[in-house]
Amino acid sequence: MSQSPLQQAQQQLFEPSGITESHLDKVFSQLQGADLADLYFQSTRFESWGMEEGIIKNGTYSIEQGVGVRMVVGEQTGFAYSDEISFDALTTAAKAAAGIGKAGQTGRVQAWQANTPAKINPLYSVDNPLAALTEDEKIALLNLADKEARAASPYVTQVMANIAGVHEHILIADIEGNLNADIRPLVRMNITVIVEKDGKRESAGTGGGGRYGFDYFTQADRVRDYANEAVRLALVNLDAVPAPAGSQTVVLGSGWPGILLHEAIGHGLEGDFNRKGTSAFSGRVGETVAAKGVTVVDDGTLENRRGSLSIDDEGTQTNCTTLIENGVLKGYMQDKLNAKLMGEQSTGNGRRESYAHLPMPRMTNTYMLPGNDDPEEILASVKNGLYAVNFGGGQVDITSGKFVFSASEAYLIENGKITQPVKGATLIGNGPDVLTRVSMIGNDLKLDAGVGVCGKAGQSVPVGVGQPTLKIDGLTVGGTEA
Amino acid sequence: MNASEITIADTEMREVSELVLKLSKKYGATDAELSLNRGAGLSVEVHKGQVDKLEYNRDQGLNLTVYIGQHQGSATTGDLSPQAIEDTVKAACNIAKYTGEDKYTGLADAELMLADHANNNDLDLYHPWDLNAEQAIEIAKECEAAALGFDKRIINSDGASISSYSGIGMIANTNGFTGIMPSSRHSLSCSVIGQTQGSEDMQRDYWYSTSRLHNQLDTAETVGKKSAERTLARLNGKQISTRKANILYSPEVARSIIGHFTSAIGGGSQYRKSTYLLDCVDTKVFPEFIHLHEQPHLKQAFGSSYFDKEGVATNNRNIVVDGIVQNYIMGSYSARQLGLKSTANSGGTHNLTLDTTGQSFDELLKMLGTGLYVTELIGNSVNGITGDYSRGAAGFWVENGEIQYPVEEVTVAGNLKDMLQNIVAVGNDVDLRGGTRTGSILIEGMTVAGA
Repeated sequence: MSQSPLQQAQQQLFEPSGITESHLDKVFSQLQGADLADLYFQSTRFESWGMEEGIIKNGTYSIEQGVGVRMVVGEQTGFAYSDEISFDALTTAAKAAAGIGKAGQTGRVQAWQANTPAKINPLYSVDNPLAALTEDEKIALLNLADKEARAASPYVTQVMANIAGVHEHILIADIEGNLNADIRPLVRMNITVIVEKDGKRESAGTGGGGRYGFDYFTQADRVRDYANEAVRLALVNLDAVPAPAGSQTVVLGSGWPGILLHEAIGHGLEGDFNRKGTSAFSGRVGETVAAKGVTVVDDGTLENRRGSLSIDDEGTQTNCTTLIENGVLKGYMQDKLNAKLMGEQSTGNGRRESYAHLPMPRMTNTYMLPGNDDPEEILASVKNGLYAVNFGGGQVDITSGKFVFSASEAYLIENGKITQPVKGATLIGNGPDVLTRVSMIGNDLKLDAGVGVCGKAGQSVPVGVGQPTLKIDGLTVGGTEA
Repeated sequence: MNASEITIADTEMREVSELVLKLSKKYGATDAELSLNRGAGLSVEVHKGQVDKLEYNRDQGLNLTVYIGQHQGSATTGDLSPQAIEDTVKAACNIAKYTGEDKYTGLADAELMLADHANNNDLDLYHPWDLNAEQAIEIAKECEAAALGFDKRIINSDGASISSYSGIGMIANTNGFTGIMPSSRHSLSCSVIGQTQGSEDMQRDYWYSTSRLHNQLDTAETVGKKSAERTLARLNGKQISTRKANILYSPEVARSIIGHFTSAIGGGSQYRKSTYLLDCVDTKVFPEFIHLHEQPHLKQAFGSSYFDKEGVATNNRNIVVDGIVQNYIMGSYSARQLGLKSTANSGGTHNLTLDTTGQSFDELLKMLGTGLYVTELIGNSVNGITGDYSRGAAGFWVENGEIQYPVEEVTVAGNLKDMLQNIVAVGNDVDLRGGTRTGSILIEGMTVAGA
């Protein structure tokens, strides 16, 4: 019988340095008086390969490991970490983290002992994703990307392709005696092309991935699809006319445009901002913040998705958390610290970039449930407007609620018909009211292809988004045609 | 890290470096180059008079690139145990067996490298601060209190934080080059939230001070008050209607315009032909009064170094003179692709200065007359290949040279090629806090989209 993830993680993280339960007991005894304390052990193997000008130009392999020690007393957190996993390093880090607590805490009677682990259904394989293909097979993928992109159009002048994969082992021991493990695969492929036609040049990129092995990219013609999509997008933009400027009716395509939800409402519903009262959504649970029919969830439980986690980085099982139900704000995304201080339960959204970072409430896969409208009818209902189907990044000011996201493929809608492609432009709106202007919701929910990265307070984590086709009556489009 | 820890790290890193280069040869590399770093720091964040986070940082890492002939492989590790080092070297050499032959790859040209043992000591970049947690908490609390007590419309805090970091970096390669880079950085910042009574509108802004020397940081009170003033100024902002307008970028955001220019003249963008300023050396891309230069040897500055990431010696140089581009920004690889010499910019630029055209901020407001003064940019829809530019913005509407009211939820858009040509003035209100130094920049003829 194969080993459980917990046994495998212990083998990877504890055995080389001889860490035992009695060591953990001694470390936790340094953290007495904590309302919350945990040790986060992590080892990461990362690999990437890049191709350009038809040559495999570089590859990188990375070995990282370490342990982070956190102690929380009331609202105060002490944190220290070490890139060495050993009892000595743990003791030193615990001493530093305990600087937050009051000295001389006593009253401890029981030794730290691991509880019986809770049954967790893994959402992905424990197999090493990096070993799912041989080096030659990985290189063949990149060469295929080059071949497919160049075959797609004679106007392609450059093809850049990259694959990257991570294999992580994580063990989280908390002061309550919980010992949880997760073994996480994550792979990603990106293809960027440059096209040139009649002296005009454009570039575009696409990609995909998820919590799979590298062999994900050898299946279902994925590489060809990414390459064709990148070329198509670049060629469309060659013919783009200047984007309109000002308030427009905007139809957002399904899938990746769900970045709207991530920026406009997702960040504003993270527990830390709401506990501190710094979010434009603070204190608004129960209020109407979206049109009737709008239901938005954050769902960490989808198998193999990029934003999914079997357990979060505090050992809590992930959930499908309803953020907005039929237009009404239902609740926030929580980690342990903020949930405790707000008298709520963690929703399994406690995430951290690595052992060297503190956890905080973060999104997983954030998406809107489908409605009843036919996407064709949504477009046909617009006299003049913008149809935006692909996006670059986005950003939000949590406090004022103002958010932006950048369209990279968009078209004019004239008399219900898609006409010309327009140049990339920033769309800007106000989080707490943009969803009140949703007037039609498509029946075509789609999730993104699996390349999203979310940044918050200097920490990056992989996330997913999704939505059906949406019609928004009035969003400011940042074009040049005033 | 204090001076004696730096000395120990220096010695240990030299040993690691020697071992890594030796092992690289053993496992088949014809050449190798590495960077090593080690550092330690403390950061404290307070929220409403209470400690929110107390964090101790301690980092180290090895970044290795090996060459087997013209084949390249890389590996990194944060674990510097002998076993991990050997695994890292093997991993890099293994990768180089699979990468393709690339005639442009390899170490920098030996004749461009700084002589054997280089160090940045003379640049005065290392000033550790013996700051303990209690002192740090005290300063952060004082900073936040100055902001919260500034005005009753400051209703909440998004935190005041202080951080101090010092460490040492090393670069070495099989050409015999070793470069040592001790450095420090200390920062103090504050972010507060304002609200007018009876209004739902909340606004947040921040201010920060940063320096390699802790005694050059602004006082806690100054940083706190400035963050409060900036927040108050944004209250009751409105969206203006869509229009053509002249834009005055404050120094904090003007820096990004220079960033868009330098990435367009980066060697990578040039050889890939992925830039709106293709083949632009000797071309006038700015008005004749624009001069941009690089000063790698400024004492105590954030971008200073005697050598770049490949060991190539840095020198003062002009990048734009009389509006005309003098040269690209290149490391060895892109330089070889272009048939040129490295400009010592592997890893980035070293202190860029855009010369002022002499006006003070008030004079620039008068020159703007009627237009948008932008103090914040969010999002980044900038197409590097066409120059199309569209970003979210916040700031102030200006009429007759005077600030009228705060503006939010608008975008500013144009094409960078035109924007660079349409610069009218560069202020003398220079922001020294980053690797690029510029005052406010006034640009004519952009589009503001709003209601």
